[in-house]
Amino acid sequence: MNKVYNNRAWWLILPMLLLVAFSAIIPLMTVVNYSVQDVFDAHTRFFTGTEWFVKMLNDPMLQGALLRQFAFSLTILAIEVPLGIGIALLMPKRGWQASVVLILVTMPLLIPWNVVGSIWQLFTRGDIGLMGWSLRELGYGYNITASPVDAWATIILMDVWHWTPLIALLCYSGLRSIPDAYYQAARIDRASKWSVFRYIQLPKLTNVLVIGVLLRFMHSFMIYAEPFVLTGGGPGSSTTFLSQSLTTMAIGQQDLGPSAAFSLIYFLIILLVTWVFYTAIMNMQKDDNKGA
Amino acid sequence: MSHTSPTTPDAVRQRAAEADNRRRRRARPASRQWRRRGLMTAYLVFVLLPIYWLLNMSFQSNAEILGGLTLWPENFTVEHYAKILTESSWYMGYVNSIIYVLMNMVISIAVALPAAYAFSRYQFIGDKHLFFWLLTNLMAPPAVFLLPYFQLYYTVGLFDTHVAVALAHCLFNIPLAVWILEGFMSGVPKEIDETAFIDGYSFPRFFIKIFIPMISSGIGVTLFFLFMFSWVELLLASTLTSTGAQPIASVMTQTKGASGIDWGTLAAAGALTILPGIIVVYFVRNHIAKGFALGRT
Repeated sequence: MNKVYNNRAWWLILPMLLLVAFSAIIPLMTVVNYSVQDVFDAHTRFFTGTEWFVKMLNDPMLQGALLRQFAFSLTILAIEVPLGIGIALLMPKRGWQASVVLILVTMPLLIPWNVVGSIWQLFTRGDIGLMGWSLRELGYGYNITASPVDAWATIILMDVWHWTPLIALLCYSGLRSIPDAYYQAARIDRASKWSVFRYIQLPKLTNVLVIGVLLRFMHSFMIYAEPFVLTGGGPGSSTTFLSQSLTTMAIGQQDLGPSAAFSLIYFLIILLVTWVFYTAIMNMQKDDNKGA
Repeated sequence: MSHTSPTTPDAVRQRAAEADNRRRRRARPASRQWRRRGLMTAYLVFVLLPIYWLLNMSFQSNAEILGGLTLWPENFTVEHYAKILTESSWYMGYVNSIIYVLMNMVISIAVALPAAYAFSRYQFIGDKHLFFWLLTNLMAPPAVFLLPYFQLYYTVGLFDTHVAVALAHCLFNIPLAVWILEGFMSGVPKEIDETAFIDGYSFPRFFIKIFIPMISSGIGVTLFFLFMFSWVELLLASTLTSTGAQPIASVMTQTKGASGIDWGTLAAAGALTILPGIIVVYFVRNHIAKGFALGRT
């Protein structure tokens, strides 16, 4: 759409800007402020410059959490994206089944995140949980409080359960926007199922998939409540991700300076990745406009 | 294909071949359809099984839960639900959550509507940067803002009020609302605005009388998302409150008592948090898919 150049549009933005500034800029400046100072109490503080940043970047705890975070985010993306596409292809398109399946598939997304943790805790406990109990009955010594492998597998399974619906719903809406004529043309050409997917459905899906991957990436990068409830970050620190390390440091130990520096590093990483995706989305829209 | 009778031998053969093809094509997908249904059912079982387990436990007494694994409640009881619905420390958790979620929805949609309109219709200095900055707030990990929020709201005297949580959730809900609404608004042809202005509508009147009704489904979907993200967020909500506006999420941590965890009540409380989501999703089920694509398909 060709937009009119008009700076009075700022008046429409203004109320939103003030509100978001109150909840974003002021707190962020507080973080920046702390990150360059050593605070003893309300009146005694020293300027430390980049000391906290250097300390944090060399901190093995942060490095470990960061590595685990990337491993986690990439793993769940690798599972959820193909699975989500598959489910979207399987979902019924019309009739009462479509509504029922849609609501059932959406359900995990509407559960508060700590409750998701509780659900999986109840489900996977060795003594009272269906999954934990069954695995033990089958002879596998399943134990998420002792085995890091089990803890990881469970958290990934939980995330797949929780968030695959998002990808599936995005793809479902993408698929529904394909006109029937495309499929008819493919049938006339006797296109195989694979070529229909590859040349008709997948191109339509790229738009929504970029949004989906972006949303999934950033949500997985700030995951907190689910592993916190399920494993508490353990065994050891094998499932402690960035948010949890940060919260422990900021609230638990009250290390204002280092945790502020940690926050900024954390935020900058997310910002960088987001910017890459954002540029991709904007370029896609530009291409769309040219094509239309 | 025409529906008149074929007149040439070639046409007859072609018609027969088509009919044959149709029959074959219909025969093959029958098995494929069953495979599709089987896979879909398998996935739904995967989705529903943990939820079923939660419900199963919420209807069992704690003695039965700990006494051994039972696949369905053998001594069906609603004691946990009764406890939650009669003790004010429990049900106030739900009331508090719903209050701040509704406040957040009203605030967010009110400021996001004009902003989204500006982004979808006008170019202005810094528009692209502003939009990206908004998105960065959507990406901001709540953990980063935890401590500053606590201090900020404590200083301005909003700590432990519903307004504090509603405002804090604006951090990610307003950008989300702007993003979704902008997608829906860009789908409305600009000629409608121009015609309305030529007809002498003032901007506020046009916006309320004509434009908002046109994107009502988009607004409905946006409200659903605002509800959803405010409802599921826990970290900020529980940090910014203590007793006066405590959300259900942090009330649930009370189930850890001296005698271990009260599993039954935990399960019942969890089951009740799913309910509002299902009620809300029912109303937007036809538009939800489009909303997840941020109004962009």
